[in-house]
Amino acid sequence: MSKQFELTVDRIKCDGRGLCAELLPELIRLDDWGYPILAAGVVPEHLIPLAQRAVEDCPVLAIALRRTHIKK
Amino acid sequence: MTRLLGTPDTLNPLPPVGADFIDAIERSRLMGRGGAAFPVAAKWRAVAQRSRGNAVIVVNGAEAEPQSKKDRVLMSERPNLVLDGAFIAARVLRARNVILYIGERHDVARNAMLRALSVRSEPERRMVTVSAAPARYVAGAEAAAIHFLNEGIATPTNVPPYPFERGVGGAPTLVQNVETLAHVALLARTGETPRTVLVTLAGGIKKPGVLEVDAQTTIGEAVLRTGGATEAPRAILIGGYFGHWVEPEQAWDLALEAESMRRHGLGLGCGVVGLLPVSRCPVCETAAIMRYLAGESSAQCGPCFFGLRALADACTRIAQRGSNPEDLTRMQRWAVEVRTRGACRHPDGAAMFLSSSLQVFAQEFASHRAHNLGRTA
Ligand SMILES: Cc1cc2nc3c(=O)[nH]c(=O)nc-3n(C[C@H](O)[C@H](O)[C@H](O)COP(=O)(O)O)c2cc1C
Ligand code: SF4
Ligand code: SF4
Repeated sequence: MSKQFELTVDRIKCDGRGLCAELLPELIRLDDWGYPILAAGVVPEHLIPLAQRAVEDCPVLAIALRRTHIKK
Repeated sequence: MTRLLGTPDTLNPLPPVGADFIDAIERSRLMGRGGAAFPVAAKWRAVAQRSRGNAVIVVNGAEAEPQSKKDRVLMSERPNLVLDGAFIAARVLRARNVILYIGERHDVARNAMLRALSVRSEPERRMVTVSAAPARYVAGAEAAAIHFLNEGIATPTNVPPYPFERGVGGAPTLVQNVETLAHVALLARTGETPRTVLVTLAGGIKKPGVLEVDAQTTIGEAVLRTGGATEAPRAILIGGYFGHWVEPEQAWDLALEAESMRRHGLGLGCGVVGLLPVSRCPVCETAAIMRYLAGESSAQCGPCFFGLRALADACTRIAQRGSNPEDLTRMQRWAVEVRTRGACRHPDGAAMFLSSSLQVFAQEFASHRAHNLGRTA
């Protein structure tokens, strides 16, 4: 087991301003109404600092970076 | 053989059940009948593990699915059987409270349940509270039921926490459909569950209504038992508004049973089998159902609120003004994009329904000419 992270969005909190997609276009794109579509799966290690930024900068704190335990 | 319907609803002492009853449920492979076909034993174990004599049992008789009637028929005809299931759950899971969550418009069913309750034992009656589920589609979803019981607002909330972790009053909570509880009661009484399902036959059928069928009964046989179709069906909607359209030739031989449905990539859902007659326009029908589902979004999550509305609008444009390739392409994309992007599974159900429409009625959608809209769902 290795330590891994994935992104989640609280769909009720998120108000779709799309800041997260600007900060992390590698993993987040927006739908036609400005709400985020997250790339599935584990966040690649080199993107973790950026993902952390997206978590911190979301104006309504809707994004979280959660530990997953995926056996390798 | 024991069955749910057509048997007198007698009041008998509850059969003795202990913690090992969950093993019996597991062996019976009973699955939930509220739509998601979730294994009952797994749900009970999750509550049992956490209950310290404080668990809550929510008896889900909301039945907000527009075409479904089976839960109401069951509560009206076998209220004691449903109550038995609830009290058995209360005993096994060491619950302090049983809540009857019954659709606010289901007067006959609620009265039958209350009448049955009035002659139960004093300790049983003291455990029960009754709550009227708002007549909205999402009010029957378990997180919405709990939100309503806690705060009077019947909209879904984020999970986790799951009901078994933190439900009514923060206590571990079991939300179970009434038909599921009736099966539990018969299992406790007879040692086996009847291998039957309650289905509601709707749409172009001579005698629409609720039928209890053996699990191996095919859709064709069920239709014949209700006097047959009013005219040749164009397609059959299996599982209600979160269900799938299936071509009649394929649907006819399908067994009304969750596992065999799953093997075909389908689901029995809440047990509605709806026949669309050839004389009705499938595009207009799809548009009407999508408008209904979009209107039933609780408007909390952007992808559900905006996505379903856009899907319903695009579908309605095609219905009213005729086919256009842009809307078709966008609908295909949106129907994929909105899935899993809500706090509850409302957008998933609506999107799967729409995808099956686009697939089964591909030709009608591609060649549709402007119509007046058919009647609404
Ligand atoms: C939008 C939505 C509406 C639902 N409506 C109902 C309902 O009216 N009645 C019901 O029993 N389950 C309904 N469900 C399913 C419940 O969330 C829950 O899975 C079910 O009550 C659990 O009981 P079961 O495992 O016995 O099926 C609904 C689910 C969703 C997502
Ligand atoms: S930054 Fe936050 S609120 Fe804005 S779209 Fe992303 S998750 Fe939603
Ligand atoms: S997904 Fe839709 S119905 Fe479910 S909580 Fe969000 S807005 Fe409400």
